[in-house]
Amino acid sequence: MNPKPATKRKIVDKTVKMVSGLGALIGIFFLIWILYIVIQRGASSINWDFFTKLPVPPGVTGGGISNAIVGTFLMTLLASLVGIPIGLLAGVYLSEFGRYDRFGELVRFAANALMGIPSIIIGLFVYALIVLPMRHFSGWAGAAALAIIMIPVVARTTEDMLSLVPNSLREAVLALGAPRWKMTLGVIFRAAKTGLITGALLAIARVSGETAPLLFTSLNNVYWTKSLNEPTGNLTVTIFNFAMSPYEDWNRTAWGASLLITFAVLFLTLVARIIFREVKQR
Amino acid sequence: MESMEKTKKGSRHGFGDKVFKIIAVGMAAFIILIMSGLLLELFEGSKLSLKKFGLSFLTSSEWNPVTENFGALSSIYGTLVSTIIAMLIAVPLSLLISLFLVELAPPFISKPAGAAIELLAAVPSIIYGMWGLFIFAPFMSDHVQPFLTEKFGFIPLFQGPPIGIGMLSAGIILALMILPFISSVMRDVFKMVPPVLKESAYGMGSTTWEVTKKVTIRYGIKGLIGACFLGLGRAIGETMAVTFVIGNKHSISLSLFDPGNTIASTLANEFAEASEPLYLSSLIHLGLVLFFMTLVVQVCAQLWLKSVNKKMGGGL
Repeated sequence: MNPKPATKRKIVDKTVKMVSGLGALIGIFFLIWILYIVIQRGASSINWDFFTKLPVPPGVTGGGISNAIVGTFLMTLLASLVGIPIGLLAGVYLSEFGRYDRFGELVRFAANALMGIPSIIIGLFVYALIVLPMRHFSGWAGAAALAIIMIPVVARTTEDMLSLVPNSLREAVLALGAPRWKMTLGVIFRAAKTGLITGALLAIARVSGETAPLLFTSLNNVYWTKSLNEPTGNLTVTIFNFAMSPYEDWNRTAWGASLLITFAVLFLTLVARIIFREVKQR
Repeated sequence: MESMEKTKKGSRHGFGDKVFKIIAVGMAAFIILIMSGLLLELFEGSKLSLKKFGLSFLTSSEWNPVTENFGALSSIYGTLVSTIIAMLIAVPLSLLISLFLVELAPPFISKPAGAAIELLAAVPSIIYGMWGLFIFAPFMSDHVQPFLTEKFGFIPLFQGPPIGIGMLSAGIILALMILPFISSVMRDVFKMVPPVLKESAYGMGSTTWEVTKKVTIRYGIKGLIGACFLGLGRAIGETMAVTFVIGNKHSISLSLFDPGNTIASTLANEFAEASEPLYLSSLIHLGLVLFFMTLVVQVCAQLWLKSVNKKMGGGL
């Protein structure tokens, strides 16, 4: 045996191992860098006023973004109330009725395609569908855009989670004489409960950090909105407007809002993952 | 009596189930309705521009709201270039990361490291934008771009003033954003390779790298390509992060340091100011172009992964 090529092979192997470890480090490095900056720049803006007061003009000290926090919360809530049930039921169809048929195939395809459509296009769609006929921007339109983004996500995760429930359970319930709807909602849903909650949480996490679909739907508002029928303030568009402005106070507020939204979204994502890991272990 | 009760009960079940099924079908159909409504509204909205510019919309690089002359070429060019930069960085990096996480790292490292990489996907797009504009772009202009000009300045790609904001910075940030999506699919592909294949290669005396190159990658190549498609679809339509750092200039320039724009960034920037009907219609027309670009990528990815799944008999 010739030892030389063997050492060369080992060197190549070592190099690749090191480079690949470096690759993982790069990814983690950027995550830490971004989170560090968000905390470092945003922490100073977070105080009581930040949560309770309205935005102030540049140059004036104090002020907060209470209206944007409430606006984001309301629109996300509304989108979830509409999007999650629709997504759940569509997922039920995909898993329980249309697992193998043509229509199911088509729906699955449409859902996958819809998930891949950039969120700004969804914003355009809702603009043309709701904002143009109503002739003004509104919180309703913003919530509708977010709901449309949620539906395919929830539908596909629901299908996946329900498919994991063994068929013998379905057969057992039906054999007891229960109707199909009772079987699905009462037993299959319960069996897949944590998976469904995970899917819903991930969908909420995803839309609550969205900016692009709100730009032309809910727009933004520096005042309290009396109803969702008018332009509604929200965190992400506030960040966009304030960050693009030349005023330092506004930039600082934008960092504060960034800190808030980043950790809200990361928190939701982590909760969803932890719940799901527990299921997997069981 | 007993049998009558049974049939009665049976029919009641039948009714409830029918309603249940109709609701489920309705919601499923709703997804198709949204999809077709989307296409319809985009066509409807861009009618004015379609009539006025026709196909020349795609080949003209003019974008002048004052004279109302619109063409999508610079936006399409920017979308493609920023996506290509992102793919060139993200694909090899994802490959290395998945290799590290699946084959090399012990579980106590690979679990938290994998979770951290996936968290990159949870950071909202606008946060990448903030970080990109205020931190990363200055870093690029102070350190990376002067270095590139010094070493590779003879290539036109790396010439020009190092202002930080521009195509290259946008591409790098895009790469970071699609990295978690590509690497998560790649990890699944690596895990699907039957251990017996790898073991027999190791048994022949191969090193880890040789097994990866000659067995793992070769076995999973189709899945890996599918992962790239998914990342591509994400990168094309990414909006906020790009809008912050690309510079938003309607121009086509060979240098990657120059500001440019993408379809999505143009929409995000100009839609609110568009008051003239033709301007608005041209922007929706841009949206239609983007819609078809992502749709083509999506459809290819889905068909591709489906054929792979059938062959490999696994669930991706």
